[in-house]
Amino acid sequence: MAKKKTKKPADPHGEFRGQRTEADQERRIVIDDAARTPTVLYFASGIFWLLVGSLFGIVASLKFNLPDWLGSSAALTFGRIRPAHLNTVMYGWASLAGAGMIVWLTARLCRIQLQLAWVHYLAVILWNLGVLAGTVAILAGYNQGMEWLEFPRFAGAMIAVGFLLFAASIIQTFRKRNVDHLYVSLWYILASMIWFPFLYVVANLGIYQGVIQAAMNWWYGHNALATWFTPIGLAGAYYFIPKVIGRPIYSYYLGLLGFWAFALFYNWNGIHHLVGGPLPTWLVTVSIVASVMMVVPVMAVAVNHHLTTVNHFRMLKFSPTLRFVVIGSMCYTAVSVQGSLESIRSFQEVAHFTHYTIGHAHLGVYAFLSMILFGAIYYIMPRLARWEWPYPGLIKAHFWMSTAGIGIYVIALTIGGWFQGVQLNDPAIPFMDVVEYTKVYLWARSIGGALMVVSHFIFAFQFVMIIKHAGPRRFAPALFRESAPMQREEREP
Amino acid sequence: MMFIRSFLFFFGVLATVLLGWAALVGVPDFMVSEIQPPEGLQRYTEEQLYGRSVYIREGCMYCHSQQVRPEGFGVDQERFWGRPSVPADYVFDKPHLLGTMRTGPDLMNIGVRQSSIDWHLVHLYNPRIVVPGSIMPPFPWLFVEKLSAGPNDKVITLPDSLAPEGKVVVAGRDANALTAYLLSLDRSYPVAQGKPDTTKKK
Repeated sequence: MAKKKTKKPADPHGEFRGQRTEADQERRIVIDDAARTPTVLYFASGIFWLLVGSLFGIVASLKFNLPDWLGSSAALTFGRIRPAHLNTVMYGWASLAGAGMIVWLTARLCRIQLQLAWVHYLAVILWNLGVLAGTVAILAGYNQGMEWLEFPRFAGAMIAVGFLLFAASIIQTFRKRNVDHLYVSLWYILASMIWFPFLYVVANLGIYQGVIQAAMNWWYGHNALATWFTPIGLAGAYYFIPKVIGRPIYSYYLGLLGFWAFALFYNWNGIHHLVGGPLPTWLVTVSIVASVMMVVPVMAVAVNHHLTTVNHFRMLKFSPTLRFVVIGSMCYTAVSVQGSLESIRSFQEVAHFTHYTIGHAHLGVYAFLSMILFGAIYYIMPRLARWEWPYPGLIKAHFWMSTAGIGIYVIALTIGGWFQGVQLNDPAIPFMDVVEYTKVYLWARSIGGALMVVSHFIFAFQFVMIIKHAGPRRFAPALFRESAPMQREEREP
Repeated sequence: MMFIRSFLFFFGVLATVLLGWAALVGVPDFMVSEIQPPEGLQRYTEEQLYGRSVYIREGCMYCHSQQVRPEGFGVDQERFWGRPSVPADYVFDKPHLLGTMRTGPDLMNIGVRQSSIDWHLVHLYNPRIVVPGSIMPPFPWLFVEKLSAGPNDKVITLPDSLAPEGKVVVAGRDANALTAYLLSLDRSYPVAQGKPDTTKKK
C-alpha cells in the first residue's frame, strides 16, 4: 500500500509528457474515430444554441436601453426573452458542448473506444428537442415560474432522459477502461454523472410550496453549477492546460483535496441567493459558511492550474487552446473568490437584487466555462475532422472580441451594480434616480454583449468550415503565430 | 482494491449530494411544514390566481422581488415597501415568486402602495405614460382596441401621441386579472415578528 502511494505520479500514462510511441498514436486514432460522430453532434448542436441563446441575450439587453423596441411583440418581451436566453445557453450551449467534450475526454482518459456510442444519437435528439420545446414554450408563455427551472415538465423530462442515456455511455466507457489510474478530470466527470441527474429530477418533481420551494429553487439553481457546469469546466482545465504545455499537473494530492472539498462544500451553497429573505436564519447561515469554505477547493485548483502554467506563459502567444483555457481557469479563481465574498451578509446587503449579480453570473458561465469550452473545441475538432482550422486569424478575432466583450460586460455591471446597490440602500435617493443611474452601464452591457455575439458567429462559421473540410488546407496546427516552442500542438493525434 | 476504491468514490459522491439536499431542503421542509396562514392573509381568488399566472407568463419576477428585508438590512422599511416578510406570508404561493432582482421596486405590498386600478392599467399598457424614464417593457397585448367601449369595458386614458386613431383601448381579461393580482398583494396584516423561524402558531 505504502509502496503504491509513492508510485502515484501525476502522469502515470504519459498522457501529458508526450510519449509518442507508434502504438500510442495508433490507439489514439482508433479512440478518436469511435468518438467522432457523437462528439461532433454535441458540439454542433451546442454551437447552434450558442448562436440562438446569445441573440436572445443581446435582444434582452437592448430592451433595457430601448424599452419600447419590439414592444408590441408578446413573445419577445423581456420577461420571456430573458429566461429563453438563460435556458438556451445553459441547457443548450454549455450542456451540449460540455457533453461533447466529456465524450471525447472520457474515451481518451479511459484509453478505450467510446462504449454504447449509439445511445448518443438518441441522447442528442432528445436533448435538442427538449431544449427546443422548452424554449418555444417559454416564448409562448408557458413558464414554470422558477429561475433555472422555467422549462415545462415534458421538456425537462426529455432533457433528463437524454442526460441519463449520455451518462450510461460515459459510465460504461469508464467500466471498460484500460487504465489503472484515474486522472483528475475523470473524477469530476464521473461525479457529475451521479450528481446532476439526481438534482435535476428532484428539482423537476415540483413537490414544494412557499418559502421551501424558494430554498429548493436555489438549492437547484446553484447546484446546477456545482454538479454539472463547473465540473465540465474543471475537467477541461485539468486536461488541456497540462496537455498543451506538455507537463503533468503540479500536484496530484492537491487535486484530490480540491475535488473532495468541492464535493463537500459546493452542495450547500445555494441558499446564499436568499440572504435577507424570509427563511430560517440558520439555513442562510449554513449556506454562507459553506460558500466561504469554497475558498479551500478553489485555492487548491488555482494553485494546481496556475503553478502548472506559470513558467509557460510564453506559450499563450501561440496556442489558441491554451489561451482560452488559461483565461477560463483564471476567471474560475476570480469568480469563485468573488462568489465567496458575495455570500457574506454585509456584502449581500448592497449587491443583492442588483446588476452586480448578473455580472458575476456571466463572469462564471462565460469567462470561465465558455472560454474553456471554446479552447476544448479548438483542440478537439482538428483531431476528429482530420482537417486544420482554416483561418487562424478568425480564431484571433474570436478570442479578442469575446474577451473584450465579456470584459466590458463584467466591469460595467460590477461597477454599475455595486453603486446601484449603494443608492438603493439610501432612502433619500428616489427609486427612479437609481434606475436613471444604471442606464449608462446597461448600454455598456449591450456593447459588450454585441461583441460576444459577433465573435460567436465567427466561431460558428469556422466550425462549419472545418466540418466541411472547406477553406484553405493547412498542414500545421492553426496557431496565433507561426513557428513556436509548441510541443503538444504538433499534429500528432 | 480497485473495486473498493470505485465503490468509495461513488458512495462518497452520492453522500455529498444527498447531505446537501437534506440540509438545505429536507430538514427546512420538515420544520416549516406546520406553519399556519396568518389570519389577515386571504386566499387568492380565481381571478387573482389567473392574474398571477399572467405575472409569471410575462416574467415580471425577473425584475421585481416579492420579499421585504428585515430592519437593519437594507432600507426596505424606509422605502415604504412594508414590514419584513415571514415564511407564513407565502403559504399560498406556488410557484414562489420571491425574485432576485430589483430592477424595478419590490411588489410585496404594491396593492397597498398603489391601489388605483386605472394607474396600474395605464402603467401596464405603457409604463412611460405614468413613470417617465422607466425601463419596464410595455404590455399592449393585454389590451384590446375597440371602436367603442362596451358596458363592462374598462377604458384606459392615453395621451394623444399613443392613442390609436378613432378607437378606444380597453383592458383585456389578462390586464384585468393581472391588476387584480397586483392589488391583492397586501401583506400589511400583523404577524409574529422576531426570528423568521419562530412564526409557527401552535
